[in-house]
Amino acid sequence: MHGLVNKALQSFISDAFGAAVWRDVAQHAGITQLLGADGFEAMQSYDDALTEAVLDSAVVLLRRPRDSLLEDLGTYLISHERMEPLRRLLRFGGVSFTDFLYSLDELQGRSHLAVPDLALPDLALSEAGADSFLLTCSDGPVGFGHVMVGILRALADDYGALVVLEHRGIRRTDGADGPPGTVELIEIEVHDPAYHAGRRFDLATEAAR
Amino acid sequence: MMEGDLRQPGFHLGPGALGQLMPMYLSLDAACRIRGAGPTLLKLMGEGAVGKPLEDVFTLRKPRSAVQASALLRAQRLQMSLRDAPATTFKGTAVPLLGDGVLLNLSFGFGVRDAVRDHGLSATDFADTDLAIELLYLYEAKTAVMGELTRMADRLRGARARAEEQAATDPLTGLGNRRAMEAALQRLMRGGEGFALLHIDLDYFKQVNDTLGHSAGDHVLAEVAARLRRSVRAGDLVARVGGDEFVILLAGVLDSAALERIGATIYDHMRLTITHEGRPCPIGLSIGAVLVGPGSDQGEAALVSLADLALYASKRAGRGRMMLWNPDQDISQELARADGAERRVRS
Repeated sequence: MHGLVNKALQSFISDAFGAAVWRDVAQHAGITQLLGADGFEAMQSYDDALTEAVLDSAVVLLRRPRDSLLEDLGTYLISHERMEPLRRLLRFGGVSFTDFLYSLDELQGRSHLAVPDLALPDLALSEAGADSFLLTCSDGPVGFGHVMVGILRALADDYGALVVLEHRGIRRTDGADGPPGTVELIEIEVHDPAYHAGRRFDLATEAAR
Repeated sequence: MMEGDLRQPGFHLGPGALGQLMPMYLSLDAACRIRGAGPTLLKLMGEGAVGKPLEDVFTLRKPRSAVQASALLRAQRLQMSLRDAPATTFKGTAVPLLGDGVLLNLSFGFGVRDAVRDHGLSATDFADTDLAIELLYLYEAKTAVMGELTRMADRLRGARARAEEQAATDPLTGLGNRRAMEAALQRLMRGGEGFALLHIDLDYFKQVNDTLGHSAGDHVLAEVAARLRRSVRAGDLVARVGGDEFVILLAGVLDSAALERIGATIYDHMRLTITHEGRPCPIGLSIGAVLVGPGSDQGEAALVSLADLALYASKRAGRGRMMLWNPDQDISQELARADGAERRVRS
């Protein structure tokens, strides 16, 4: 898993639950020796097993279901001030929340422009009815859909849209049309694209850090 | 249009459609008076700009001036900026219109970030086909990634400095450094079995460095290090403790006879003159030695200074020899000597 993903997980745990909790999680996951005091480096790749170990340890130590922990991670990625650059990069996707939803098809390509080896899951949006959409996440790490639900929830709030989101479960693909993998489905209903004012987004800021 | 007529028809676009395709178009009459503009450019110029001469609103840079629209058509690529602050700059292209006048299409070029910030532009101010938003996106992605890399480089630099501080190896010769020597000396003192300490200083090294250059000097140090290493047992510590100073610790060497043999071996290995790029680098070795008996309670610093006394005696006696500190008589005695050491002193 890319260091950016691991670093995000580490920041989430230490910002949301405290640095001491992160140290406990790292200890429990047995990665303290391997990674040193600073933990994950953003621009480095790590074995997927390390990410799983951290997640498993967080689930145990925080006594939280894995799905809800992942969803909170998604919300954190958009709403925490430390993650402002990421929120901004996603807001470039569109001028309204619906516009943004359509840009999810391109998210893989966009992220590839910025960080070629990030390897985000393949996202595909389909219209299920008026103001109703189905987002398919293919071949991501299992549970990525829950992170996506958290991201979408926080971004809907950011845009000021009133939406209902539901994770419709994980389906395993048999590999008939490609390598076997997982597909996660997310149902999105946009009830009011301009429910409240939302957060300000300037295309160019004085100091984009 | 008649059947079989393959000529391209001209285009008739309303200002609305044109503005959608090119939100920063500028339409001028033959005398370079502003007839109309796309919605984004209008926002930047202000509504009052329509009807004014081009150069009332813009400062032209390329071409320098244009009284007639034809001057704009002759310029390959236009460069201009707003007269009013913040003097936003544009590049653009001019094409003739059917009938009269010219049509300009402007773009911000590299100034796009400043322009977007200064004028509070949003995605709807750009044509959907314009890559400006992608450019802004990439700018921020690049900034975020560079920030991460800079922080990582800072951490690595810190880690490297800490590692260097803790390193025990001299990078030039691959021998132990002073830190390694001090650690090994402490171990030998604690072990209490007795050992010999040799303090070695190169003779004439400064001359080689000064006349043949630093790379020759480095070569000499590396070569001496290799020869010293070959002269002693694999388990003995050989360290470079200063510019041209070495220390050898010989565990279990307890008497002057054994030390004499080792001294002879070292000078034997030093017999062949070291050469660098075909030129001889004539250096020698002065050695001060001290024997530490089993269970000695002498301090490490005292030992090193006794070896220094012996080394000094070696230098004074004409260099190129090994002197052993004799604690009973408070003087040093010669144990071994390099070939030609006497001759060098006399010459």
